[in-house]
Amino acid sequence: MSKSSLKQTLKDLDTKKISIRELNQDYLKRIKENENLNVFIHFSEENVLKQIDNLEKDNSAKKLKGIPIAIKDLFCTKSMPTTAASKILENFNPTYESFVTQKLLDEGSIFVGKTNLDEFAMGSATNTSFFGNTINPLSQENEPLAPGGSSGGSAAAVAADLCLGATGTDTGGSIRQPASFCGVVGIKPTYGLCSRWGIAAFASSLDQAGIFSHNVEDASILLQSIAGFDQRDSTSAKIDIPNYFENLDDDLNGKTVGIPKEYSIDGTPMEISQIWEDAIKVLEKKGVKIKNISLPHTKYALPTYYIIAPAEASSNLARYDGVKYGFRSDEIDSLDEMYENTRAQGFGREVKRRILIGTYVLSAGYYDAYYLKAQKVRKLIADDFNKAFKECDFIVTPTAPSAAFPLNEKQNDPIKMYLNDVFTVPASLAGLPGISIPFGKDQNNLPLGIQILGKHFDEQQVFNAAVSLERSYE
Amino acid sequence: MNNLIKGEKHDWEMVIGLEIHAQVKSNSKLFSSSSTKFGSSPNSQVSLVDAAMPGMLPVINKYCVEQAVKTGVGLNAKINNYSVFDRKNYFYADLPQGYQISQYKYPIVGEGKVTIDFKDGTSKDIRIVRLHLEQDAGKSLHDQNPSKTYVDLNRSGVALMEIVSEPDIRTPDEAGMYISKIRSILMYLDTCDGNMQEGSLRADVNISVRKPGDEYGTRCEIKNLNSIKFIKQAINYEAKRQIEILESGGSIEQNTMLFNTSTGKTRPMRNKEEAHDYRYFPDPDLLPLEISKEEIGKIKSSIPELPDELKNKFIETYKLSNYDASVLTAEKQTSDYFNETINSDPELKNYAKIVVNWITSELFSLLNKNNQDLNNSPVSPENLGQLIKLISTNEISGKIAKDVLEDMFSSGKTARQIVDEKGLQQVTDQGEIAKVIDEVIAENPKMVEQYLAGKDKLLGFFVGQAMKLTKGKANPKMLNDILKQKLNKKN
Repeated sequence: MSKSSLKQTLKDLDTKKISIRELNQDYLKRIKENENLNVFIHFSEENVLKQIDNLEKDNSAKKLKGIPIAIKDLFCTKSMPTTAASKILENFNPTYESFVTQKLLDEGSIFVGKTNLDEFAMGSATNTSFFGNTINPLSQENEPLAPGGSSGGSAAAVAADLCLGATGTDTGGSIRQPASFCGVVGIKPTYGLCSRWGIAAFASSLDQAGIFSHNVEDASILLQSIAGFDQRDSTSAKIDIPNYFENLDDDLNGKTVGIPKEYSIDGTPMEISQIWEDAIKVLEKKGVKIKNISLPHTKYALPTYYIIAPAEASSNLARYDGVKYGFRSDEIDSLDEMYENTRAQGFGREVKRRILIGTYVLSAGYYDAYYLKAQKVRKLIADDFNKAFKECDFIVTPTAPSAAFPLNEKQNDPIKMYLNDVFTVPASLAGLPGISIPFGKDQNNLPLGIQILGKHFDEQQVFNAAVSLERSYE
Repeated sequence: MNNLIKGEKHDWEMVIGLEIHAQVKSNSKLFSSSSTKFGSSPNSQVSLVDAAMPGMLPVINKYCVEQAVKTGVGLNAKINNYSVFDRKNYFYADLPQGYQISQYKYPIVGEGKVTIDFKDGTSKDIRIVRLHLEQDAGKSLHDQNPSKTYVDLNRSGVALMEIVSEPDIRTPDEAGMYISKIRSILMYLDTCDGNMQEGSLRADVNISVRKPGDEYGTRCEIKNLNSIKFIKQAINYEAKRQIEILESGGSIEQNTMLFNTSTGKTRPMRNKEEAHDYRYFPDPDLLPLEISKEEIGKIKSSIPELPDELKNKFIETYKLSNYDASVLTAEKQTSDYFNETINSDPELKNYAKIVVNWITSELFSLLNKNNQDLNNSPVSPENLGQLIKLISTNEISGKIAKDVLEDMFSSGKTARQIVDEKGLQQVTDQGEIAKVIDEVIAENPKMVEQYLAGKDKLLGFFVGQAMKLTKGKANPKMLNDILKQKLNKKN
């Protein structure tokens, strides 16, 4: 399967080698052929054709005109329903467009559909969705594999070449881990780079929109399109967004890469240690100085994350109460019963588990021991990175502790599932940008990902290191 | 002053603290741009943020922050450069987010105090613990349908200032004076419209009782009282209830109470075990609120004269009593009216006490009778000034002036017009008065005899008769003097 890149496609559209209609019909065809993957929660050919019609009538020049993009179904969209993969929003049609998707629409892109995810982005395998599992397009015949999660639908959509790029959100690894599982590029920018306005919230202090694409260049083009200050999001950063693509520079000579010793974890498969070493060797050859660094609080990152994220989620999801919109249970004799039955029937197991954890850690008598302490540790983790970045320009680690696992594995073991985030969560807690790029394969020929982390708002350095590694690997 | 109340067995002292919820005067809500207009049709002022749609985020309304800082300055309170918005989590149908955004650990305003003035000229400080900003909830309407509850979110997200006092209040009257004083300050600052009927100002009352000198007792909280009358009633009822329990050997349960305005009784809403665990935590959608010293300084310099400053100025300039001055300054419209009246004629400065009386007794009672407000009084300050000038120059008597004021109130005419039209000028011609007195003496020989025999009280009778003949226009002092002279001559 040879996939065209976004960059090349933009050229082909520009030179009229291909029309917007031809391009998108090609993608529509593949989407229909791959229905079995259950990539989309919402897909309507009619809707796509309508968008093509409108663009054909539009003579203005637009940066992403006609480019097929898939949207994680956590972004509110006017033209398509938005479910967050939850029964509680099964029939929800927003009257508003999220900041990120509006930017993409303004650039002239075409939304091919809304992709599947773990319910409210809570999961690492896209197996907690009310709308069923998504299957990793790289699955072998008899062994359906998980695409990772929570943005598994978007990662799979890019991997199966059902679009030229996709949006995702990353709270603890929800872009980087599925990118690694599906063999695509996935970037989570610095917290605050892309407005959260119009994205159904999971954990507000961690949620960040990002991009999946076939390669680093495409990611740099797309990220620039969705980044920017938004006064409707108080945590949105007021900074100038550089032209990441124009500024791409794969010459890393003289740069320093940090290699955190705490990311060598017992039980990590050999193949993963191997690609990490390979990546370091490649960088060394490019004149990059290798610096062994320490991020001493790394081991506390997962427990910290699994206190803070559920705490925020328990409050963020309180608005789904059956009163104003979304699902409401039929069995209601009182206000309390309406809440209880609506939420019991409307949320799935994992969401309920996290609401319970979050409610517990915030409750009187436990707040100091859990939430407050977690906030303090979070600060220490961020300090670790700040210190480390005084000695290096970027950090390289594996993205995930394994390649894609079979669909049904770990389903009943939440702790094992949470361990998937071990390499991605620390940067999330620190709000740092991180990218995952495919780098090597395991013995079953499944892709493995390398993660590059950068300083706050230094996406350019992350892209530069990523494109350099990518080019040397190709 | 004895503030104790008598029980069957002991004297008891009330210990009262108030949490006042004052709606911030602002055109838009605390975290959204929806209008805050009162009385609009249900759900017509609801933004996506107010309705807590998925992915919607709060953005702080800077104006509301300024209003809170202004209020803090007016309460002589510490303004905190750093404050934090927290989420107070609980489920209710009219709370769309499932949490209220409030300030818990780090309020925008810290300790302050206000002073209340008693009739006897003494005053007392009530300490303020804090003031914080928070969102109001929507409104559940239970009376629209027999089986359904409707929700109106117009009020959802409107900014409130919660002003918490120390338990420094000892009587229902003090509670009333305290809330009046707070209301007055807010209205002078223009940070709250002070309209208690529309719910712009409401209070939760914490109350316990103790034997004088004892530690604080267990308190109960009476929720959501929206008039000073109800606050006093509720305190009285609740104190009695607690005293009865304690005197019969029981103990007070720490309850949250509701006050029934038709029965005048309190009843428990929930007890301590049923109390919500609000799971407060900093709202991750909002950054901590930081206000620089410069910003605070700018707000401070924009603050108008407040009631206490104005009161002192009145006492000093016009030699008014503390009580008169505090009545005048209790409401901005009253002090404004007084200022305009007294400045309408340079002479009036010397009759300040008369001006106060005519405003706070005569004009106020007319306004009350006609259910009107000083703001739209039919008698303008200039016209009242003119009337007082007529009194002070002896052109009309005080008694006649009352009739003139009533006439002014209903007809809208000036005092001058009425006095001229009706010929109400005081008779100050000695000869004319003497003539009338002669008439009265001539017509009542028996009375004169009795008076001369020592029945001094009859003097009033002669005065009355003479006034009647002059239609009340005779100058009372002159009348008295001449009458005494003439009667004594008879002797």
